[in-house]
Amino acid sequence: MASRDDIKFLSNPNIGSSRRKYCRFRKYGIKYIDYKDPSFLLQFVNDQGKLLPRRITGNSLKYQRKVATAVKRARHLSMLPYVTDQLK
Amino acid sequence: MRNYEVTFIVDPVLSGDEIKATAKTYIDQLTALGATIVYNDEMGLRQLAYPINRRTTGIYYCVEYSAINGDLISKIELAMRRDERIMRFLTVSLDKYGVKYNDDKRNGLIGSKKKGKAKAAAPAAPAPAAKKAAPAAVATAPAKKAPAKAEEEE
Repeated sequence: MASRDDIKFLSNPNIGSSRRKYCRFRKYGIKYIDYKDPSFLLQFVNDQGKLLPRRITGNSLKYQRKVATAVKRARHLSMLPYVTDQLK
Repeated sequence: MRNYEVTFIVDPVLSGDEIKATAKTYIDQLTALGATIVYNDEMGLRQLAYPINRRTTGIYYCVEYSAINGDLISKIELAMRRDERIMRFLTVSLDKYGVKYNDDKRNGLIGSKKKGKAKAAAPAAPAPAAKKAAPAAVATAPAKKAPAKAEEEE
């Protein structure tokens, strides 16, 4: 007979518990986002070079705006592409 | 005093001396207009993300300066716009965090930029603890940072 302990893991216990997103700038105290650092900004764009939404990156509104500005500046200086495919 | 930063891309087809002379023209011009040059960062030859004027590479310069007000920006930008040796330029005003960031970067406090960000994080949360707590999204970040660091060290 199956005891209660066996039944416990019939479904993946990790499915329900989603990881909480957080703003990395808040958490690590990053106050300035450098537009001359394309490898860092690459974390905030998808592989077409489009900005990722806050609901995916988890940035707070304040820093999402800064990220957006930095990415746009980097695009102007040809450090990030405006349009592309397979950026990553 | 306000702090500004102008980044510009010089045409790589020019000879080394000409490139240096171009950068120097603008630094001199800024000084002549009453700005104090804080730092002149020669970022060197970089690959462009998309071609500009059929060039695929460019020589980047970044000059940080402070001035009493922004009146000189329009003058310097006009000069750059007329100059065909300059492929792109961007003037940005720096807030106090930007000034501090640039200062730290220069002093090697940030060393390579990535390291600085990791270091800035360290006092708040020690690295191992942060790693444990960090979800996969951020756990990938240090991994991404690592190759970049290696490249910069080379």
